[in-house]
Amino acid sequence: MADEDDDVVLSELDDAELVQQMHDDLYDGLKEEIEEAVNILLERGWAPYDILTQALVEGMRIVGIDFRDGILFVPEVLLSANAMKAGMFILRPLLVETGAPKVGKMVIGTVKGDIHDIGKNLVGMMMEGAGFEVIDLGINNPVENYLDALEEHKPEILGMSALLTTTMPYMKVVVDTMKEKGIRDDYIVMVGGAPLNEEFAEAVGADAYCRDAAVTVETAKELIARRHNQLSSGN
Amino acid sequence: MADTTRPPRSARPRCGPDLSEQAQDRTLIIACGALAREIGSIIGRNGLSHLALRCLPATLHNTPEKIPEAVREAVRAARGNYGRVVVGYADCGTGGLLDKVCAEEGVERIPGPHCYAFYSGNRAFEAAGDDDMTSFYLTDFLVRQFDTLVIRSLGLDRHPELRDMYFGNYEKVIYLAQTQSAELDRAAELAAEKLGLAYERRQVGLGDLEQFITEVN
Repeated sequence: MADEDDDVVLSELDDAELVQQMHDDLYDGLKEEIEEAVNILLERGWAPYDILTQALVEGMRIVGIDFRDGILFVPEVLLSANAMKAGMFILRPLLVETGAPKVGKMVIGTVKGDIHDIGKNLVGMMMEGAGFEVIDLGINNPVENYLDALEEHKPEILGMSALLTTTMPYMKVVVDTMKEKGIRDDYIVMVGGAPLNEEFAEAVGADAYCRDAAVTVETAKELIARRHNQLSSGN
Repeated sequence: MADTTRPPRSARPRCGPDLSEQAQDRTLIIACGALAREIGSIIGRNGLSHLALRCLPATLHNTPEKIPEAVREAVRAARGNYGRVVVGYADCGTGGLLDKVCAEEGVERIPGPHCYAFYSGNRAFEAAGDDDMTSFYLTDFLVRQFDTLVIRSLGLDRHPELRDMYFGNYEKVIYLAQTQSAELDRAAELAAEKLGLAYERRQVGLGDLEQFITEVN
């Protein structure tokens, strides 16, 4: 940690230095510093969308890589996520006002019998940062919650999360119900959670298994693009 | 935690396969370190001298995706030295991958999704359904190792402010007690306090684990 004398004064940094500092501060989970830096960039006339993508999302992308590589662990990632959340709290209303580009819409929720939401919340936040509108159903969702939300919000993507070996099979209940109702192919179904794997995702009839938040964002973008291509080619 | 990570003498690696009749009559249990004390006590109490125990580190639970291959490696290492090998793990968050390894290696494991289930009795646990969904379980082992495996490994010693991100959706701690111990009971209650949760103690003993071990031949 730097001595007090070496403390960085955020407002004295130029834009490029400040964005770099925000990446560092996100990495270190410094919530107040992120809030301050977001406000400084807004005062300097930055578009909310540019702050979100260049400072916050890029910072969290670096956090995600180091988490995947075993350099950072869950507590550190949670602190970073808290810092990003604080920044997004400031930006969210401004993004709505300024009409930031929307990539797509996702309904996400933890399955019935499961109350774990750390991974789901991270995914929701990163998806929102990547330009998706995210409708978060929270925890312990029976199939009806998913179906109601799909009907109400008409998203491109349904995301399901589970932490427990005992609850993850419920994803198949949801997918099978969607099949029975003839709506399965209307949506991209993505699943994730610590005990899941590719094989399981395939077995329950999901379109993709996403091992972490960063992979979820990349997979979502890819599947949405593929879907658009299919629709435009009439397949 | 030395007693959970150090294999008993009988299970330590030898220079080569022990093909003696005596060795081939014996069965090795490759188990999670969190079960070492309990399995050891079942073996001792029941005079199951044909059983040997080797434990893998309980900390593997922090990275459950590593459990299946760690078990496979231990099974293969033991194969030449024992007539039979069984696995003292439940699914333990491996999402079926441990079952796949067990099938590929031709070994059996303790039935159940995790130790909370087989200590409670798998049937009873399943019957409880979602009733205990908002409960965080402790066992004797986890009570003893609470500060190391829960508080420190989740970073709550350094960042207590993260507590509600981890445990905000939980309502109570259920201590599934294997033994009668006022000391452990107090420690479990203190653990619940640290997590800001209500506390309940259930005396479950060894549940399905006892039967599984005593029936291993």
